[in-house]
Amino acid sequence: MRALLLLAFAFALMGQRDPILVPEVSQHEVQVRQGFTGTELLLFGAVLDPQGRAAGSDYDIVVVLKGPSEPVRLREKERFAGVWVNAASSDFRSVPSYFAVASSKPIADIVDEKTAAIYEFGTAYIQLSPSGVIEPEEQARFKAGLVDLKTRQDLYKQDFQGVQISEQVLYQSRISLPSNVSTGTYTAETFAVRDGRVIASAQAEVEVRKVGFERLVARYSQEWSLVYGLLAVMLSVGMGWAAGRLFALI
Amino acid sequence: MDVYLPIANLSVNGLWIVALGGLTGVLSGLFGVGGGFLTTPLLIFYGIPPTVAAASASTQVTGASVTGVLAHGGRGGVDYRMGMVMVAGGVIGSGFGALLFRFFRSIGQIDVVISALYVILLGTIGLLMARESVQTLRGKGNAQAARRRHHPLVASLPMRWRFYRSGLYISPLAPLVVGIAVGILTMLMGVGGGFILVPAMLYILGMSANVVVGTSLYNILFVTMATTMMHSLTTKAVDIVLVFLLLVGSVTGAQFGSQLAVKAKPEILRLILAAIVLMVAFRMFLGLFYQPDEIYTIYPL
Repeated sequence: MRALLLLAFAFALMGQRDPILVPEVSQHEVQVRQGFTGTELLLFGAVLDPQGRAAGSDYDIVVVLKGPSEPVRLREKERFAGVWVNAASSDFRSVPSYFAVASSKPIADIVDEKTAAIYEFGTAYIQLSPSGVIEPEEQARFKAGLVDLKTRQDLYKQDFQGVQISEQVLYQSRISLPSNVSTGTYTAETFAVRDGRVIASAQAEVEVRKVGFERLVARYSQEWSLVYGLLAVMLSVGMGWAAGRLFALI
Repeated sequence: MDVYLPIANLSVNGLWIVALGGLTGVLSGLFGVGGGFLTTPLLIFYGIPPTVAAASASTQVTGASVTGVLAHGGRGGVDYRMGMVMVAGGVIGSGFGALLFRFFRSIGQIDVVISALYVILLGTIGLLMARESVQTLRGKGNAQAARRRHHPLVASLPMRWRFYRSGLYISPLAPLVVGIAVGILTMLMGVGGGFILVPAMLYILGMSANVVVGTSLYNILFVTMATTMMHSLTTKAVDIVLVFLLLVGSVTGAQFGSQLAVKAKPEILRLILAAIVLMVAFRMFLGLFYQPDEIYTIYPL
């Protein structure tokens, strides 16, 4: 009896092959130009079985959008003789400049904590690669502080109702980029999850870059800093002088 | 009106920035100070990264002081000789300031140092100005007659030069040292230093009052140019779009300020300036002792 059941189960498993994810992003390039106030990316796609039909069964979708990483030093203020000064600090080698997670259900309901940590499902699970030797509790405190700060800058976010799935085939999620995003290559990863297991994943890239005048200014200030400085001085002297002349006429 | 700032990396309401520039412009026209002591903290409060705020504010002060120097220079209110000595000191000072800035940044205390400097300097000067203007308004303790021509220390320095417009025969070392001190502060605090320079010229050097404001602006003009270059080359934090917006406001504001200055009584003006200075100092003072909004700060490596 038991052997029979097992056999039936095995057959059922064979019939249920891993589905395919077909992801897409509404725009592969975000142009930061004058008047840029942030933008909204639409991450959408379909989940199909290998025969190209609707995957049919229940699954959940998690999307993770990550900006380019940078090494940072995080300093913590402490009260010292009544005055708040920077005291302890901690270094992190790869802090994503932007991080957003959206899912169709609360993460805790679809995967266990270990899986969530592996796939970075949630701002609490971002892998920051801390460097140096500090105690785990202290490290956790610093990490929480960093995530909290970035969350309030609107750069880290999680939305557990952010993915809509229709007809068990199509999914879509809207993720907003604020105006203070860093430029660089962003990766949008989509995961299909069933029975607490990631059954399919796919990746797409979004390029965020400055264009036109904004790109020129950013490049000049870095590569031609002497010319840039002189231009800034000339601009302010010129405007001050012109205003003086103009008002003298009135 | 949304404007994207390419160096600060965020978008701001352009009208607010123009208004902020206008406010500091009125102050500079009225009192002969650059107004940087107000711009930098307000920009930071608005959400501009502190380094960008300090660097761009010093560039803006250049523009605001050009107008003032032209106006004062036209009626002989600038002692160019004195100004040049101070500028030389200021350039040396801003070099020192850049070194100090880097040192305090590396040990992570730059924001505490900046706030403490603001509190101490603005607090002291604000109180002095307030006391003096109240005394003058009440008509007692005639400060003009009572005060010394210049500080005895200044008189003991060797090698005297004649500064005709200031009506002084003193060693150029004295204004040079004053210039150096102001240069350091300009680099550290992102201010022109007018609020320190004016009292220093009056009470330490003993310059005649009618050239003080013009010469102070002349010094600020060149020192902020040097700081802008220093920032462009080291921190690369001068945001030209932010500077433009601030300037639109401040050059216009400066004109209104200088027209108002002609009509108002100088004692009242000084009292108002003292009140503003004290308010900024008090706010900074609270910031040192209250629990800050942000316990954590991010520094790129």
